[in-house]
Amino acid sequence: MLWARDICLSGRLDDVTAKLEPGKITAICGPNGAGKSSLLAVLAGLLSPDSGEVQLDDCLLASLPAKQRARRIGYLPQVGEVAWNLSVEALAGLGRLPHGDGASDPVERALAAVDLANMRHRPASTLSGGERARALLARVLAGEPQWILADEPLAALDIAQQLAMLRHLRKAADQGAGVVLVLHDLSLAMNHADEVVVLSEGRLHEKGPPEAALSRSVIEEVWQCPARWLGEPGARALQLG
Amino acid sequence: MTRPVLLLAGLLALALPLSLLAGRVWIDPATTPNAALIVMELRLPRALLAIAIGAGLGAAGAAMQGYLRNPLADPGLFGIAPGAALGAVMSLWLGLAGGLLLPVFALVGAGGAMALLALIAGRGGGIALFTLAGMMIASLAGALTSLAISLAPNAFAMSEIVSWLMGALTDRSWADVRIAAPLTLAGIGVLWLAGRSLDALTLGEEAARSLGMDPLRLRWLLIVGTGLTVGSGVAVAGIIGFVGLIVPHLVRPLTDGRPSRLILPSALAGALLVLVADVVCRILPLVTELRLGIALSLVGAPFFLWLLLKMRRELA
Repeated sequence: MLWARDICLSGRLDDVTAKLEPGKITAICGPNGAGKSSLLAVLAGLLSPDSGEVQLDDCLLASLPAKQRARRIGYLPQVGEVAWNLSVEALAGLGRLPHGDGASDPVERALAAVDLANMRHRPASTLSGGERARALLARVLAGEPQWILADEPLAALDIAQQLAMLRHLRKAADQGAGVVLVLHDLSLAMNHADEVVVLSEGRLHEKGPPEAALSRSVIEEVWQCPARWLGEPGARALQLG
Repeated sequence: MTRPVLLLAGLLALALPLSLLAGRVWIDPATTPNAALIVMELRLPRALLAIAIGAGLGAAGAAMQGYLRNPLADPGLFGIAPGAALGAVMSLWLGLAGGLLLPVFALVGAGGAMALLALIAGRGGGIALFTLAGMMIASLAGALTSLAISLAPNAFAMSEIVSWLMGALTDRSWADVRIAAPLTLAGIGVLWLAGRSLDALTLGEEAARSLGMDPLRLRWLLIVGTGLTVGSGVAVAGIIGFVGLIVPHLVRPLTDGRPSRLILPSALAGALLVLVADVVCRILPLVTELRLGIALSLVGAPFFLWLLLKMRRELA
C-alpha cells in the first residue's frame, strides 16, 4: 500500500490524501498544472512535502534510506534521457544499481517482459521512440520494485506502442506490483486503469473506479470541457464538444 | 578486470621500460656510462610522475564528463587546476619556491579552490550551480594569476612564472613522486567510489535520485577526487591541458559507455598518453626541450576541433 496523507506542497498540492493499492493500475489525471507530476514525485520520495506524509506498507517513506526506497519504488520520469549511447542491456542493467549486485537474471526477465531480448546489444541511439520507451521501462522492471511510478509514459508513443506499454504494465500489476501512471489521455485512463485519481488545482477532486472518477460531470467540472463517453465499458471513446 | 583495463595496463607496462631508455641520449644498458644512475635518479622518477599525472587527469576527466553528462567537460572546469596554479605562482612571486615549497603552495591553492567550491555548491543546488561555481573560481584564480604575472617583482620571477605555467616534467625528483603518486592514487580511489552514482546520472538527475543516488555525496566525492588528482598533478608539473578532455573519448569506444567503466581505463590511458608525450618532448631535436603542456595542447586543440565538428555533424 502506498498512502499519501494530507500532502501539502507550496503552490502545487493542497491537502491531498490518496491510498493506492498494489496489484492495480492507478491513473493520475487532471488538467495542466493540477499537480499530477508533483504528486507522483512525492509518492516516489523525490519531493519532500511541506506537510503530510507518505506511508509505504508499514513504514514512512521519508524514514527509508534512499537505497531501500529505490529497491521498492521504481520511477520512470517523463523525459527519457540517456546521456551516453548505452546498449539496451546496459541501460536495463542500471535498474540493478539500488541492489548493487549487477545480477543478470532480473535484467534478462525485464528485457523479455518488454520484448527487447533480441535487441539487447543495440545502442540506445538506434532505437525508435517505442523501443526506447520499452528499454527505459525494462530498466525499471529490472529493479523488481513493488511499485512502478511513471510520469506520462505513453505521451510520445503511437497507439500501437501505447497498447504495448500498457500490456507490459498490466503484466507487472498482475504479478503484484502497484502501477501508478500520470496520464493525459482520459480514454486510456478510462479503458486501462483500475483506479483513477483526479486532481484539480492541486486538490484531490475524485478517486475511484474510472467510470465514476472520470464521469461526464467530473470532466466538465475539472477540464471545463463538454464531453461524453461513447461505447461500452472497457472500450470507451471520449467525444468532446 | 575488464578487457580495456588489461589492454591499457599491458601497453603501459611496455611503454614504461622503453621510456626509460629514450631521451636526448638513448641509453644502452650495456655501454652507456652511469646508465643505472641516470635511470634511477632522472628518468624513472620522471616516468612515474608522468604516469601519476596522466592517470589523475584521465580519471578526473572521465568522472567530470560522467557528472556533467557532457563529452566536452574537462577537469579544469571545476577551478581546481587554476587554484593550484595560483598557489604555485604565489610561491614563485614571493620567492618561496625552493625545495617542496612550490608543490605545497600549489596544494594549498587547490585546497582553497575545493573549499570555495564546497562552500558555494556543497550543500544544495544542482549540477548547473556546481559547474558555474567552478567556472567562477577558475576565472577568479586565472585573473589573480595574471595579476601576479603583471605585478611580478622582477623580470626573472615573471619568466619563471610563465615558463612554470606551461607545464613540464623537466628536472623532477623522487620528492615530487612522493607528493603526487599517493595523492593521485587516493584521488582515483575516491573517483572510483563515485562510479555507480555517475552511472545512475546517465538517466538524468531525477531518475538517478530515484535509483538511490545521493547528489550531495556525489558532489563531495567529485570535489575531493578531482582536488587530489588534479591538484597534486598541477603541484608537481604545472598546467597540463587537454588530457582530461581527450582521454575519455579515446577510451569510451572500448567500454560499454557506462561512466563507472570509464574511470580506470581512462586513468591508464591518461598515464600512457602523458608518458609517451613526455618521451616525445625529450627526443625532439629542438634547441630547448618542448614543454609538455605546450606539446599536449598542440595535439589537444586540433582534437577538440575535430570533436566539435563531429558533434555538429551529428546534430545536423
